[in-house]
Amino acid sequence: MVSTAMFGIMAMSWDLLVSTGLVSLGQALFFGMGAYIAGYLNHSFGWPFWVTIPIATVGGGLLCTLLLIPVLRLRGIYFAMVTLVLPLVFVRIIEATKIFGGTEGFSGLASFHNIEEELAICLLALLAVLFGFRRLMSTDFGLVLQGIRDNDRAVISSGIDIYWFKAQALFLAGSVGAFAGAVMTHAYMFVGMPVFALDYSILPIAAAVVGGMGTLAGPALGAFILVPLSEALRALGPLRVVFYGIFLVVFTVAIPEGILPYLQRKYHQFERWVDVEA
Amino acid sequence: MDGPYLLEVEQVTKSFGGLRAIDHVSFNLAKGKSLGIIGPNGSGKTTLVNIITGFIRPERGFVRFNDRRITGILPHKIAQLGLSRTFQMARPFYRLPAYKNLVIPLFSPRVKKLVGGKYGDRDATAIDLLEEVGFERDSSVPFKPASVLPHGYLKRLELARCLALRPELIILDELFSGLSMSEVSSTVPIIEKLQVEGKTLIMIEHRLRELFRIVDRVIVLNYGRKIAEGNPKEVMEKREVKEAYLGTE
Repeated sequence: MVSTAMFGIMAMSWDLLVSTGLVSLGQALFFGMGAYIAGYLNHSFGWPFWVTIPIATVGGGLLCTLLLIPVLRLRGIYFAMVTLVLPLVFVRIIEATKIFGGTEGFSGLASFHNIEEELAICLLALLAVLFGFRRLMSTDFGLVLQGIRDNDRAVISSGIDIYWFKAQALFLAGSVGAFAGAVMTHAYMFVGMPVFALDYSILPIAAAVVGGMGTLAGPALGAFILVPLSEALRALGPLRVVFYGIFLVVFTVAIPEGILPYLQRKYHQFERWVDVEA
Repeated sequence: MDGPYLLEVEQVTKSFGGLRAIDHVSFNLAKGKSLGIIGPNGSGKTTLVNIITGFIRPERGFVRFNDRRITGILPHKIAQLGLSRTFQMARPFYRLPAYKNLVIPLFSPRVKKLVGGKYGDRDATAIDLLEEVGFERDSSVPFKPASVLPHGYLKRLELARCLALRPELIILDELFSGLSMSEVSSTVPIIEKLQVEGKTLIMIEHRLRELFRIVDRVIVLNYGRKIAEGNPKEVMEKREVKEAYLGTE
């Protein structure tokens, strides 16, 4: 449940970037950054989660933004490539220099007091991000972000500094991604190199595609389908990935627009239903 | 015609690989005047606009706007100085409703400084602007997503986006291309109204008859060079211009 909510947040973080025209293949960068900051602070100073998670959220967002500012000029596939590579680079750096616990990571970290608290934090955060981001995208600020996606040159011609807006979007997306990482660190009481793994980059994208890109609620919904599905298929052993893959392919072919836009469309059709006499 | 000029283009040169796209082009434009830029396809008209608006940096030469050198300044800063343009290809913010397309320029620091405006006010301003360029106020057109609007509306939406910035100098890059005769004749009065308001205009246009009704002076480009300048009638009589358009015998 906790990981489902966190993947939901990651998927919305990805969706926010896509709505700004930035395709990220490296959500793991945000996730891992938050996870390691929270883990390091807890391990070295013994700070409790209610200190480390906020610091990791803001700090992780800032670090990710600073790292990616030099490549904000890149568009589409070029930006995607850079984001794909960065988390992989971090894994190797940690492995080679043995900083932050090296291959061992930090274990025995402080956890939440009880499972109810953990769940409450996760679900509240999920809802806060969902409504916060949806509200944001309907403000004039959000319109500018969507304008950058549709036609960045026209936004420039409108006298708006698109790099400043892209950086702000990146900070927001990075922050909530880092938040998810920090929560997972405390939930698992462990942080290690796997937090930069490809899963954390790919699953949010899959969730967004299944749920419906650009709707924010869709990606969250997608995560609530995909993560439990992945767990349910665990019983199949090695064949799990095969069935999971088949599901994704069938789904993408059947409802390419995503579940949420599909349901919305069907609902509107239902609402305006009229019988046509032959 | 002598200074003070609103826009001065001085010996501007730009090459793409071995191709001289713009070759030592100079011209001036006084405040409140209108200038046409014409020339065959590929003669460098749009490149010249891109240089003036800062999207392309020239190798040689410079552009001055309001006595300030703007070559080398980032394009969004140039736009904020009050130099606004339309794009030849009307590419709106497709997924946004037409009027929300205008909220983006209305959100720019320039407009905020000039007129202020809060979230919500901008929507009303946007709908007023759309009416000015001929969107029917009491219809659903301003609220439709830009992706479903026909070409004629997109071109006028592009014009409105340019005007939303409250520019001093307006550059229209082939505004009339792809418009029907009736759409053109309904757009011409909009532009004439801008002239009455004292706006300075540059128009790139292939529809010469309509262009010559609007502007008092034209420059002709061919292979990146300025081959003629003057009032429309005289210019079209020149041998170089006829050759550029019709070819040599």
